[in-house]
Amino acid sequence: MSFGEMGFGETPRTPVRLRGCAKTFADGTRALEPLDLEIAGGETLVFLGPSGCGKTTTLRLVAGLEAPDPGGRVLFDGQDVTPLPIEKREVGMVFQSYALFPNMDVAGNVGYGLRVRRVAEAERARRVTEVLEMMAIGDLAHRRVDQLSGGQRQRVALARALAVRPRVLLLDEPLTALDAALRERLRVEIDALLRRLGITAIYVTHDQSEAMALGDRIVVMRQGQVAQVGPPREIYFRPANRFVAEFIGTMNLLRGSRRDGRLHLAGGDLALTVPGAPQQALPDTVEAEYLFRPEAVEVTDPEDARLSGRVASALFLGDRTRLVIEGVTDRPLIAEAAGRREFSDGDRVGLTIDPRDLLRLPD
Amino acid sequence: MLRGAAQKRGWGFWAQLAFTLLVCGFLILPALLSMLAGITVNFFQGLSSGLTLKWVFQVFELYSDTLLLTLGVALGCLCVTLLIGVPAAYVLTVRQTWLTRLIEEVVTLPVAIPGLAIALALLLTYGGFGEFRRSWGFILVGHVLYTLPFMLRAVMAVLASIDIRTLEEGAASLGAGFWTRFFTVVLPNARSGILAGSLMVVTLSIGEFNLTWMLHTPLTKTLPVGLADSYASMRLEVGSAFTLVFFVMIVPLLVAMQTLSRLERRARSARPLADDKSREPAAKTAGATAVETVR
Repeated sequence: MSFGEMGFGETPRTPVRLRGCAKTFADGTRALEPLDLEIAGGETLVFLGPSGCGKTTTLRLVAGLEAPDPGGRVLFDGQDVTPLPIEKREVGMVFQSYALFPNMDVAGNVGYGLRVRRVAEAERARRVTEVLEMMAIGDLAHRRVDQLSGGQRQRVALARALAVRPRVLLLDEPLTALDAALRERLRVEIDALLRRLGITAIYVTHDQSEAMALGDRIVVMRQGQVAQVGPPREIYFRPANRFVAEFIGTMNLLRGSRRDGRLHLAGGDLALTVPGAPQQALPDTVEAEYLFRPEAVEVTDPEDARLSGRVASALFLGDRTRLVIEGVTDRPLIAEAAGRREFSDGDRVGLTIDPRDLLRLPD
Repeated sequence: MLRGAAQKRGWGFWAQLAFTLLVCGFLILPALLSMLAGITVNFFQGLSSGLTLKWVFQVFELYSDTLLLTLGVALGCLCVTLLIGVPAAYVLTVRQTWLTRLIEEVVTLPVAIPGLAIALALLLTYGGFGEFRRSWGFILVGHVLYTLPFMLRAVMAVLASIDIRTLEEGAASLGAGFWTRFFTVVLPNARSGILAGSLMVVTLSIGEFNLTWMLHTPLTKTLPVGLADSYASMRLEVGSAFTLVFFVMIVPLLVAMQTLSRLERRARSARPLADDKSREPAAKTAGATAVETVR
């Protein structure tokens, strides 16, 4: 269902462009280095990074809650909105703390934007009902805000932001204040909603699984700079640098010497190239570093592999067992083993890693 | 559980109850005696001389203008503290800089400085402006100085507890300009603080003595000054009747304040009907708390 099908008029698919947007705060802190970014109409873009990386600042620049340093430009559909304050930008915004008005009931909150726009009362009521139905909270219309649970509050906040048919939907850590199970459920709902509406959305989070699940593209940020931009799979499987690799998911580091296309470690050695594949000449060195993800390891008997280690701890997670393995390289590795095999501390295990899963990255 | 507690009440409970009642009695007795004196024909002969409302009427005759002036000053004081205090509280909450923090401290000073000192300073500075000095506006200025911090604190505490900045950002994102936000989001959500502050201001203004004693002229007496005057120069029964009148005025205000803070507390404890545990801290409606803090 789109806005159009719901009687919402044309679905706004506003492309957003940031040109040279930097932000320096009054105290001199540089929150954001000059940023150029294109967000396609209808795309969901996720800003991901640790706290203080500049992701929220970027969102607030798009919203109009902060002004970029001189020279920076924000464009909606080619229109320069930089001088416009937030109330003139026609954005919908969802906050981590919900920011619902305690002095109004649910319908009052959702209809607020329409009231401010002086939409006639009958039309307003119709649209409020429509959006509440869409969020499956029609029965809450006359509840007071303080009578709602966290999940309900965030649904109301989403409904409120969507009721004004914003050009762009901005979400600032909308699920962070919720507990894990509810976060998961709402994430699925938001995902479905964004796909259905086809609205341009910018989503800020520090939670990588949220970013992976929701984003058409992810912008990983670090210290006010973009570390990598790309679709979730690319970010996960082909991280551009060590920071992205280690921030997203778990990464293991192998440190050893490289000779004849093999990596030699304390616990044995490992092929670095796929047999038969076009050879890439790798110079021999005593200091080589490779990264791999826990799920890339195949845990076997020590006799079946040329690399082996000792189980330091095993954590049974149901669908898999998470192992900490020592003695392979200078620091413990984390490996995930599927299946029924039981592990005890001290067990010797063999490790096989597909060379294609080994990453060499710049810092 | 309640029944269990009732059964287990040992001698300790009764001893504490008796002690509490004793202390209460000790504190309340003078007030009761004083009020009783106000309706006794002759207090030195005791109750046997009979009860009368004569003294109360006499108080109204002698001091009705004082009564009106007191109410006028209190209402004037309320208007001024609302007009200055509410916008100031808003600005001080939303803009946190060294300057706003300094202003906050300076404005709070009159609470700590003895009323006599404030009055002296006012007299030194503006005492020469005869018209102003003789008008009730002079007393009003003193009262505003003294009560403003209470209004300010009560409103600021509420605004801080509801995270007014984010609420405003939410309203702005929906298209509301500054004045729309101020009247539809800021003011309605500060209501409990404004109400608590207002009751506080009116009560303090009616009961204020230190400042007023220094600032008043024979033609601008407020109730507490009149009370001192009547005890000093009239028969004891008249002064006591005055106390009675004072009580009748001030007690409903105090009760209103208590009721308000109780309502707020109940609203606070009746928080989320949770089908999930949101980690959001229950928003504090802190009108009552603010008043306690200032005191």
